Amino acid sequence: MSAVIGNSGEFAFTPANEKWARGQIKKYPRGREQSAVMPLLTKAQEQNSGWLSQAGIEYVAEFLGMPMIRVLEVATFYSMYNLRPVGKTVIEVCTTTPCWLRGSDQITAACREELGIGFGETTADGEFTLLEVECAGACVNAPVCAIRNKYYEDLSPEKMKAIIRSFKAGQTPKAGPQIDRQTSAPVGGLTTLVEG
Amino acid sequence: MPTLKINGKEVTVEAGATILQACEQAGFEIPRFCYHERLSIAGNCRMCLVEMERSPKPIASCAMPAADGMAIYTDTPGVKKAREGVMEFLLINHPLDCPICDQGGECDLQDQALLYGRGKTRYQENKRAVEEKHMGPLVKTVMTRCIHCTRCIRFATEVAGVEDIGALGRGEHMEVTTYLEKTIDSELSGNVIDLCPVGALTSKPYAFTARSWELKKTESIDVMDALGSAIRVDSRGNEVMRILPRLNEEVNEEWISDKTRFACDGLKYRRLDRPYVRVRGKLKEATWGQAFKAIAKKLKRAKPKEIAGIIGDLSDLEAMKALKDLLAGLGSKRLEGRSDGAALDPASRSGFLFNSTIAGLEQADYVLLVGTNPREEAPVLNARIGRLARAGALKVGRIGAVEDLTYKVEDFGDDPRTLEQILTGKHAAARALKKARKPLLIVGMGALRRRDGSAILYAARAIAEKFKMNRMDWNGFNVLHSAASRAGALALGLAAKGGMEAITRDAKAGKLKVLFLHGADEVDLEALGKAYLIYIGHHGDRGAEGADVILPGAAYTEKDGTYINTEGRIQQGFRAIFPPGDAREDWTIFRALSEVLGCTLPYDDLAGLRRALGEDIPEIAAGEAMLRSQWGKFGKKGKIAALKLKPSQTNFYFTNAIARASKTMAECSEARGFSASTNKRTGTDG
Repeated sequence: MSAVIGNSGEFAFTPANEKWARGQIKKYPRGREQSAVMPLLTKAQEQNSGWLSQAGIEYVAEFLGMPMIRVLEVATFYSMYNLRPVGKTVIEVCTTTPCWLRGSDQITAACREELGIGFGETTADGEFTLLEVECAGACVNAPVCAIRNKYYEDLSPEKMKAIIRSFKAGQTPKAGPQIDRQTSAPVGGLTTLVEG
Repeated sequence: MPTLKINGKEVTVEAGATILQACEQAGFEIPRFCYHERLSIAGNCRMCLVEMERSPKPIASCAMPAADGMAIYTDTPGVKKAREGVMEFLLINHPLDCPICDQGGECDLQDQALLYGRGKTRYQENKRAVEEKHMGPLVKTVMTRCIHCTRCIRFATEVAGVEDIGALGRGEHMEVTTYLEKTIDSELSGNVIDLCPVGALTSKPYAFTARSWELKKTESIDVMDALGSAIRVDSRGNEVMRILPRLNEEVNEEWISDKTRFACDGLKYRRLDRPYVRVRGKLKEATWGQAFKAIAKKLKRAKPKEIAGIIGDLSDLEAMKALKDLLAGLGSKRLEGRSDGAALDPASRSGFLFNSTIAGLEQADYVLLVGTNPREEAPVLNARIGRLARAGALKVGRIGAVEDLTYKVEDFGDDPRTLEQILTGKHAAARALKKARKPLLIVGMGALRRRDGSAILYAARAIAEKFKMNRMDWNGFNVLHSAASRAGALALGLAAKGGMEAITRDAKAGKLKVLFLHGADEVDLEALGKAYLIYIGHHGDRGAEGADVILPGAAYTEKDGTYINTEGRIQQGFRAIFPPGDAREDWTIFRALSEVLGCTLPYDDLAGLRRALGEDIPEIAAGEAMLRSQWGKFGKKGKIAALKLKPSQTNFYFTNAIARASKTMAECSEARGFSASTNKRTGTDG
């Protein structure tokens, strides 16, 4: 059967990351070192070009003195951990109800057209990975997607394509609302507290 | 002590009890999948929903503590509807493959669906399918059937002490598995099969061989280790299909080891089903008459002091008593029950028993292990120690080889002379023993199966006395045997002067001419020189290999046998099937042989034999459950050698003739990385 997780040889924290990890562990009382499992997994993912390998999970388990199955449980529970290699730029499109009502299907279709890949796939050149995520928690700005840990909000298919093109060109487009709007304030400017 | 009303019936329960427990106490059964008395509460199956007065929603009774003045209803239409809802959701993804499912007929889901299931499904979509997981040679998985009760995960973590099973993913994608599908690293893994309320985890060796309702169920006692776990032998025709645990709070709670559960296929292979006599160096098939004649001929020329006997690891009291009487009729008192050469002292019963009792562990607050690895010698006992140790109720120290016991152990090295240091009171272990309210000492065969064994036993007794383990209310001196027959043999007084060492010496020197071996497979026969060996047993194992006459006997499932476990508990097992071919129950062999030899035993039936047994062991005559023991002197003062304490077993899965004949045990041994090369004749690896 297919393994739940990919492997990439060996893994060990860089000295800087190891120091950082020890700092994370210190945040928790003695005997509760395992509480640091999530930040450590995140760091291991960052260090391993955006995905968590079997070696990484085993390294973190050993680092924290945890049984491996417990670390694997955490890593498979949260969708933020990528258990397969991903492209340099990961596009996470929210498809939960509010985003879906506001047209996430079209956003997905735009990505598919622009990149030629579907959910869970990576482009042949290893540049982009498209992922479906559950509620990103930014429903007021629906539809949204997250790219390189930044939110791109109030998307339209055209805007989505433009953003991808700009990443392709090596630029980093401005994150946040893609329409005339400050964060999640009303569209078109303030409607209350306009004076003073 | 909260008092609450259940369906109008008032019940007072212990503080901390849950509503489910209160309902049980009041006599109302609550359906459940995830809840289990011996595991932590998960509260995730929702099947145990009940209604509570002034609560707008039904509550999960397994997870809600009972409180004073509660009014609980378990049989309202609301409760039924709620449970039907839960059942409908559980069945959405559960396959309807009961006809080909091994759990069929003994399935919680099947039973409860009868009461709470809807006749048909409203679910039109595809059912979820999950790939099979590999969990080793014992546990078969059909994970599509899993209802995510997490009992197996909790068992592995809390009872077996190995965090090997977990749940990956979440929600509908949750899958129960081991880490990257490795074998469960436990001697207790088979218990997850009993725990699984559905057919997700079933027995691999038993798969598709029988249905639960066509099996004859016989209550028996396990002989794979010295605990005497309560078991149920399920047989069909003249074949043992499987072995399951029975509830016995005092001994095994409701667990049994994998060897107990799965070695039963060994009962089918390498069996001795007819007598054999060695003619010109070769074993030849013979009739009972011919075999008896050969024995009689040999015995005629032997003087009484040239006759002796050795008792093996699996013998029942009846066989031992009959052989003892037979030898007595021949004028010999030399019957040795300590075939492994352990320096056990039968003079005082407290010197060879697990005096605190197994359940007594619950009261202890410090355990010192000396030369024992309970995880391999008595896995179920180890689970109890582990549960207490993980709960923080018990601290464990060890003098002996460092091995993973699944809980935290403070190591004091493997030098047995440490015992002498503890006696001076200056050792770390001495301080711990002194501080403990109810300290406990467990001496294993690794410590006693040595030349200086009696000196170690003496030192252990001195420690027990120094740290007041032999009080009126507490006897913390424990011997953990590794063989089911040992405590019984010692209770019968089967300890010849000089023990195995003298027998070996005399046999080699030609001073012993005839030796009776009752299932003695852990003995080095070559060391016995040219003595005429009469082997009585059920397997063509090490003992039969070198014998001159073989008399085929019955295995533990094929006779009514009495056993005394390591704590002195007298227990009886019943016959499930008949011995194969010409094999007979062991005591009847001795009875028949005695007639040929002209010293007829004075009993013709089991009742008569047991009456005679009662004369040797008065507790049996009185029908008592335990051997009585009094503190006395045991062990011999002497020098303890600087030799390291070694493990008493080298391979958990090959400790006796039945297990060695079992294919399943061989698979387990390989899967868990015990090397096959340890299965050789060393005389000590039992």
